[in-house]
Amino acid sequence: MILDIRYLFLRLGQAVLVLLLAFTAAFILLSLIPGDGVTARFADPALGLSADQIAAIRSETGADESWISRYFISLGGFLTGDFGFSVQTGAAVSTIIAAALPSTAVLALSGFVSALVLAVLIAVLATYGPYRWLRKLLDSVPSLFISIPVFWLGILLIQFFSFRLGFVSVVSPGPAEALVLPTLTVAVPLSAPIAQVLIRSITDVRASGFVKVTSAKGASELWILVHAVARNAVLPGLTIIGLVFGELVAGAVVTETVFGRNGIGQITAQAVTHRDNPILLTVVVIATLAYVTINLIVDLLYPVIDVRLRTAPGATSAGKKPADEPTRRALSTTAASVGVDLAWDEKDTHS
Amino acid sequence: MSLIDSFARTSGTGAPRPAAKRRSRTRASIGPATIISGLVLLIAVAWALFPGLFTHHDPNDGGTTPALLAPSLDHWFGTDQTGRDAFTRVVYGASQSLLAALVAVGVGLVVGTAIGLIAGTRRGWVDDVLMRLVDVLLSIPAILLSLSIVVVLGFGTINAAIAVGVTAIAQFARLSRSEAVRINTSDFVAAAYGSGGTFFSVLFRHILPNSTSPVLSLAVLQIGSAILQISTLGFLGYGTPPPTPEWGLIIAEGRNFVATAWWLTVLPGFVVMAIVLATHQIGNTLRKATS
Repeated sequence: MILDIRYLFLRLGQAVLVLLLAFTAAFILLSLIPGDGVTARFADPALGLSADQIAAIRSETGADESWISRYFISLGGFLTGDFGFSVQTGAAVSTIIAAALPSTAVLALSGFVSALVLAVLIAVLATYGPYRWLRKLLDSVPSLFISIPVFWLGILLIQFFSFRLGFVSVVSPGPAEALVLPTLTVAVPLSAPIAQVLIRSITDVRASGFVKVTSAKGASELWILVHAVARNAVLPGLTIIGLVFGELVAGAVVTETVFGRNGIGQITAQAVTHRDNPILLTVVVIATLAYVTINLIVDLLYPVIDVRLRTAPGATSAGKKPADEPTRRALSTTAASVGVDLAWDEKDTHS
Repeated sequence: MSLIDSFARTSGTGAPRPAAKRRSRTRASIGPATIISGLVLLIAVAWALFPGLFTHHDPNDGGTTPALLAPSLDHWFGTDQTGRDAFTRVVYGASQSLLAALVAVGVGLVVGTAIGLIAGTRRGWVDDVLMRLVDVLLSIPAILLSLSIVVVLGFGTINAAIAVGVTAIAQFARLSRSEAVRINTSDFVAAAYGSGGTFFSVLFRHILPNSTSPVLSLAVLQIGSAILQISTLGFLGYGTPPPTPEWGLIIAEGRNFVATAWWLTVLPGFVVMAIVLATHQIGNTLRKATS
């Protein structure tokens, strides 16, 4: 059996719990600590509202409720897709987010796919490249990519490719053309950790015994790459994909700001500038939902992809081990791939 | 905390083959890259401590110097829109950026290690509750977490640093917890409890001292990541207020003139990149030496 049902429900329950706790933390941070946002906004004498009118607004918006009922009203709202209203414009947050989401989704997807392609390219060239110096050079590329300030990269790309070379038109480019440079800006830093993991797992798999045996039996390098190395490199790659989602969000915020793209990232930056907490709360909750969902899917995919991680139903480990660590459990099973860093997890589970 | 975290978990370029692993674990190789990185960091720290030694210009007052001069021997990075020397601003910006990075890593280190050590030593429900909180910290994308905290605390250098620091807590907590769990099961800890040691005496006497070196090498790795995140907040306008120089802010200001004075953006960016790269290199060398 590929999926242990008990494990599935355990992971699902855990994901829901983490999500609920994240919502609670964000709510405390963004809705409770700032105090009464409605009073702060409408008590301004310049608006000329009487105390009665303010009280009416307060009761209408629910600001005069106790914090516990505000929490449950807000939670209920989130469950039904009602995210409240923007402090700055008064528009429904759901409308604002819905308008901006497609643009960000397109950027995130294209940036992610490009990062993946770039990472595979770097990793394969760094391990199978023709010259020693080329391999060494490409091996250090991830370290370099990780050290680049993303906003700086964006500015440089605009300056170089748009203004100097004129490759991408600055004034009213087409939708596809407008996507090229932002995609690259998101992809470069994102590709670094993925490439790093791939380089390491490829190197480790190539050094392992079964590859030597396969090679001694006369398999070609290409056959080994496709059948042995690639298959074993997928799992660590999958893990890092789940982990880099947060970076994708960071990339989107910075890139959209630099390129002036209208999307969730820019809305977030504006919300911070104007202290528009309802918008910020919604973005935090949606992004956390996406992160938790992606990592849940990645976790559940492990046994589908790797036979070694499948367990007999109801038999063993899934229930007993600290189940918040299936990611790393899976990784430590793929042995040397992430070696030193994950060695402690094994010690951990023995105690 | 950021890319470098997911990176730190997986990188380790120096020990590719199992055969070579033993050697590189016991004796860290100090190559030319590490030496150059050390020099870069040394210069950055010297900039932060004694900026006056490296430049004779004023960081905030351009005087009568013409604006937007190209780089020259007198103005290495050129001058900005008000005639201020750009290199001087980068040198003086080091204190803001490095101080903020240290505060950020300090917050992550102290809070994260405290959570991790208590969770790993106490185990049981305390462990469950604390690590679930750490899961929550990990599940909120770092930039959104730091932006939310900045909104609550208000803009400014130290507030931005604290916000970045909170995103580092989870990493430190996970690492120090695993260290505590490892040490807690050793014989000398059992002996310490057996001879009448209390929870806190064992924690401070045995577990804390024995878990410092991996935690500290993580701290060095985090500095580079913190510098990048703080400069990002600075660039977005939530960090150090102008005219005080801070690296992210310097690049943001230069951006308006990038078409005519590219050096105002490009050169400070290279400085930030070099310093982050250097901390990364040193951090990895340390990590290999201690693991």
